[in-house]
Amino acid sequence: MNHKIKEWLIILFGLLALVIAVGLLSLSIGSAGIPLKQIPQILLKGGDTAEYSILMGIRLPRILLAISIGGSLSLAGTLLQGMFRNPLVEPYTLGISGGASLGVCINILFKFYVVIGVIAFPLSGFIGASLVIFLVYNLNRKDQNVQSNRMLLTGVMISYVASSLVMLLMALSGSDDLQNIVLWIMGSLDEPNTALIKISCMGSLGALLISYIFCMDLNALTLGDDEAANLGINTTRTKKILFIIASFLTGLSVSIAGIIMFVGLIVPHFVRMLTGPDHRILLGASFLAGAAFLTLSDIIARMIIAPLELPVGVITGIIGGVMFIWALSRKQVTL
Amino acid sequence: MKPVLTLQGVSFGYKKVKILNDISFSIFPGEFMAIIGPNGCGKTTLIKTILKSITPQAGTIHIQGREIQDLSNKALAKHMATVMQTINPAAMTVRDYVQLGRLPFFGKYQFFETRKDMKIAEKYMQLTGVADFGDAKLNEISGGERQLTAIARALTQEPTLVVMDEPTAHLDISHQVRVLDLINTLKNRLSLTVLMVLHDLNLAAEYADRLVLLNKNNGRIFKTGTPEAVLTESSIQQVYQTRIRVRPNPVSKKPWVFLVNDQAAKQTNEIGI
Repeated sequence: MNHKIKEWLIILFGLLALVIAVGLLSLSIGSAGIPLKQIPQILLKGGDTAEYSILMGIRLPRILLAISIGGSLSLAGTLLQGMFRNPLVEPYTLGISGGASLGVCINILFKFYVVIGVIAFPLSGFIGASLVIFLVYNLNRKDQNVQSNRMLLTGVMISYVASSLVMLLMALSGSDDLQNIVLWIMGSLDEPNTALIKISCMGSLGALLISYIFCMDLNALTLGDDEAANLGINTTRTKKILFIIASFLTGLSVSIAGIIMFVGLIVPHFVRMLTGPDHRILLGASFLAGAAFLTLSDIIARMIIAPLELPVGVITGIIGGVMFIWALSRKQVTL
Repeated sequence: MKPVLTLQGVSFGYKKVKILNDISFSIFPGEFMAIIGPNGCGKTTLIKTILKSITPQAGTIHIQGREIQDLSNKALAKHMATVMQTINPAAMTVRDYVQLGRLPFFGKYQFFETRKDMKIAEKYMQLTGVADFGDAKLNEISGGERQLTAIARALTQEPTLVVMDEPTAHLDISHQVRVLDLINTLKNRLSLTVLMVLHDLNLAAEYADRLVLLNKNNGRIFKTGTPEAVLTESSIQQVYQTRIRVRPNPVSKKPWVFLVNDQAAKQTNEIGI
């Protein structure tokens, strides 16, 4: 065990260092060119300088959001893949992101956010995501053997239905709402609302901690529901709680940053290659790797056509889509 | 002697089809009991009721005097371990898989095996011979090795009862014998009680102390008893609706069931056997 823990700690610290490095890089990149070397000096001086305001008021919140959302999506993917024993499952392919986006659109259109405040965004995303996950699960519960493949297909179909409904809502909405929906759907990590950033950071870290309670259950679930139950796991209860966590993480991410595809697919996939299938390391490592990946994708999105910026979902979508096809074409993918 | 497992009047069915009908039997400490019967007679369904995967519509199942429906999965896993036909060839190592056998003994917020847990896992890996490939992944080893690994994991749970659902179903003859010899040796050495579904009547005859023969027609037990008492030509022909002969195995003297094909039957009739 000692040997294993040592190895895991090295991986975790390595990934943490990567997140910090990518974060620092992101901090130094932007239209107001602030060299990396000067950043400590500016931060230490503090106060009224324009550079300080840019770093602390614009760039740092954006990085924190990228870290929490990248971590959330990757963690959600890891939890879902562990539960369904299928490496192609993630919030997007299961239609959960679609459900969350429909929830947020309804929120924008019916102006729930005016009544209950900014919390309406993550809340509506969470409700939409939860409804889809329970629908997908219950539609495929009967036939255990083809469960995960059928579930993927159902998820893709639900994604289509959800995006069609989003388009329907857009067609029915007035020009102000339409603009709000379009801006939100395009997805961005540029979130001016600090309350939402705080919710995102605390929510994702909280979900990571809670999901750790179930890391051994997830290890047992890798062997299948029956064997996990025979090892003493209350599989029904565990799955329900993990569904709620995955919906929460997806709802949170989609409601704040729009649809960001495939982070939950490719990051856990590659982290599993590095760490093996043990969820005791996989959960934390996926969170950190997801955080680093999205922060890096955001840097690329900001640089590629600077001074304009691309929606970060475009970058993750292209990288993720290619990886998805590659993963599908591999002969045997096991967890 | 108190029984380890007692089934009393267990019935289960889907709609109008009754798969299990008033099943009652007990297994006593140190016994090796095999459940036999034709395809579709409810052997696996019976195992599922014992494992609490399905709830019988009537009857009770007690393990060491306690009704299993009153036990949590975790409490049940401390009494009873299972070995199924196959294990999912996951990418985890044999050692990690065997150590999962200690999971029922983990505290609520325990994430790591204790030193004692690892010692127990190592002991059963040695006993079953899987320690040699402990660092290999489950998806890298053969089906036979995977079954030995599953047995090591089951023993790591240190159960009083091991329930096995056709553990030799996908194995060749040498692995079948290897696995069952091992179970037999360990049963005697560790005073284990074993309940096993077996398809192969000869394996059941060779290894089990007692047999339960299920009847597909009515979902009831046709006969319970020693292999000699259960594996008679008349009872097998009645339950399986097929032509067989039973002779004593020349080596072990246990009943030896062999099939008689159509052509051979005609010839034997001609020569009057």
